Amino acid sequence: MSINKTTSMKTKKTVTNVLVHVILAILSIIWVLPIVFVILTSLRAEPGSYVSYIIPKEFTLANYQRLFTDKSMINFPRWFMNTFVIACCSCLVATFFVLCVSYVMSRLRFKMRKKFMNIALILGMFPGFMSMIAIYYILKGIGLLETATLKHVALVIVYSGGAGLGFYIVKGFFDTIPRAIDEAAFIDGATKWDVFTKITLPLSKPMIVYTLLTAFMGPWVDYIFAKVILGNDKDAYTIAIGLWQMLEMEYIQRYYTSFYAGCVIISIPIALLFMLTQKYYVESVGGAVKG
Amino acid sequence: MFKKQPQAPLKDYSIGTALLYGSNITRLSALIFGLGNFCHKQIAKGLCFLVTEILYIYYMVVFGANSIVNFISLGTKQQAEVFNEKLGIYEYVLGDNSMLCLLYGVITMFITLVFILFMIASVKSAYFVEYEVKLGKKPATFRQDLFSLKDDKVHVSLLTLPTLGIVMFTIVPLVFMIFIAFTNYDKHHLPPGKLFDWVGFENFKNIFNMGSGAGNIGKTFFPILGWTLVWAFFATFTNYFLGMILALVINRKDTKWKGFWRFNFALSIAIPAFVSLLTMRTIFSESGPMNVLLRELGVISHNYSVPFWSDGTLAKVMVILVNIWIGVPFTMLNHTGILQNIPNDLYEAADVEGASPIVKFFRITLPYMLFVTGPYLITTFIGNINNFNVIFLLTGGGPVKLDYYFAGETDLLVTWLYKLTMTEKDYKMGSVIGIMIFIISAVFSLIAYRRTAAYKNEEAFQ
Repeated sequence: MSINKTTSMKTKKTVTNVLVHVILAILSIIWVLPIVFVILTSLRAEPGSYVSYIIPKEFTLANYQRLFTDKSMINFPRWFMNTFVIACCSCLVATFFVLCVSYVMSRLRFKMRKKFMNIALILGMFPGFMSMIAIYYILKGIGLLETATLKHVALVIVYSGGAGLGFYIVKGFFDTIPRAIDEAAFIDGATKWDVFTKITLPLSKPMIVYTLLTAFMGPWVDYIFAKVILGNDKDAYTIAIGLWQMLEMEYIQRYYTSFYAGCVIISIPIALLFMLTQKYYVESVGGAVKG
Repeated sequence: MFKKQPQAPLKDYSIGTALLYGSNITRLSALIFGLGNFCHKQIAKGLCFLVTEILYIYYMVVFGANSIVNFISLGTKQQAEVFNEKLGIYEYVLGDNSMLCLLYGVITMFITLVFILFMIASVKSAYFVEYEVKLGKKPATFRQDLFSLKDDKVHVSLLTLPTLGIVMFTIVPLVFMIFIAFTNYDKHHLPPGKLFDWVGFENFKNIFNMGSGAGNIGKTFFPILGWTLVWAFFATFTNYFLGMILALVINRKDTKWKGFWRFNFALSIAIPAFVSLLTMRTIFSESGPMNVLLRELGVISHNYSVPFWSDGTLAKVMVILVNIWIGVPFTMLNHTGILQNIPNDLYEAADVEGASPIVKFFRITLPYMLFVTGPYLITTFIGNINNFNVIFLLTGGGPVKLDYYFAGETDLLVTWLYKLTMTEKDYKMGSVIGIMIFIISAVFSLIAYRRTAAYKNEEAFQ
């Protein structure tokens, strides 16, 4: 009787296990299939936009090649460089801002502190687009929208200008660094600035890398701010707008497959960065000082 | 001054005390910046204050005062065509630009605010020196002042630049847009050709105007508000629970190849959102792969295509489903970490009692998760109210509904805001919608933060 019961439990367990794995497999297919579709289309030799089959009849790398050689209408390498430079600059400025504000909010106590934090909270509730138009006019007013380079400077300012508001995660991390370390340094005659640069920052390397990477990825994939600021200036485009343009009426027939090639190319750095951020994020969630 | 002066409170250098108990020189420092510093030989510091004051007065005389007048009137002279008799042609004579009047007005207001802050700082600084001297200390040298920026006042040096960025690129634009909600700035009053003017609360009344005439947007606002809330609810909770279930299933003791499954799902995160959204849009378009597949399989006839994006209700369902595709891997990864933190003895105790997996989920896992991720849930909810990308890149707000005011069936308040300002140039209603979104988000945030222990007691773990 008891043997019977254990075997029935065992079969029940096996059935659940099989079921779970089958469901996971089906879900995996749903999640992976669109990505496979992107890669397959980027390798498709037949031109045109929609075709009535999914697996291409002929494979080619010409779509990738065309992105970098055919600059008559679509100047992909230039867009790539534009985006890269903008993302790098704004990620440096934004990280600097975030680190400064986070350290102040975490470690220093002064009169305006609570007010500053509350204001940051309230500002976060306004939709970002609401101020977009005003920013556009302010930038135009100070003459930052005259040439392509100036427009890029404007974009960097837009991406990093308000970065100081996003201090919550890094502040939370700084909070985990024991105060005793700071106090030991103060006894040795260190100023607060010394503590910030020589103790807090070196202890927060994973968090700094995480902030840098997330600040880099924002501009890299942003569509909407870039669209508003850059307007129709094709040479100044970033990748996101350029790719979107490839899907417009007059380009789609010719560039549909190249669009997917472009998608694959910009996804690769993001994928690599994402893996890095995950590693550093996990490390930084673990806290700064172990044991 | 024969009366015995009341004792000034100790170590209190606030502006009120300074004006009440300070000497006349301290009080005069409000008019002539840095006077108190000059009198106590802090020349460099005093000069800094004085130069700021002179710069401000120069700005106000040359530009500022005029811009305040223009801000109140929003311009009086309209651009006009004037016949030039000499040349025999019509010429445009430049008028006032209401938009720039408003913008410069706002900027002048902020500059004045900074000026007032400097005034307060000047008085406080004067009082501080006076107090120190009275106590028999030597007033700090300029070098010491600079050094304190690295130590006691390090927050000043660290916060100046970030705050400047926030004020210039977040607060000033916001204030500007809030003012626009009280004007009639739209395509019929478009500078530089036309002027616009203050209208008070007229635009806010329009929201509740359910009539069908032009400008009565109640008929559009409330359905879109309803859909925004429905969307935010489903987008938040489907992702939350499906991500949790997925994480639980993968974390199960008997599930094999855990890393492989996680990798499959995490793959989609590595792709930028706008790429995957545009891909999804093409996959489900009229002649896209999904319809092709359904036709090949014989599910639908050869000349028919499922209107994934062009049928209102179906489009709404699709938007939520695609959002699940995009969001669930994120929540799965997030929740995996938290789930592993649940103390194992809770489960062991439940096993001893013979609890089934379902009971364990509802009695242990779910309460724990809700406790830990409660604030996160509400911020995600607010994030979804403002989730521009998914809707804009998938449907663009479509399919268009004719009795809506420039909106489609899947439009959220934010995408509608975008359309009103960027394509329809109805800036006044755009700002009103923005303010409404703020009010809605603020209500939800208040509920969230009032309940979060972490916010009330942030030093608990330090």
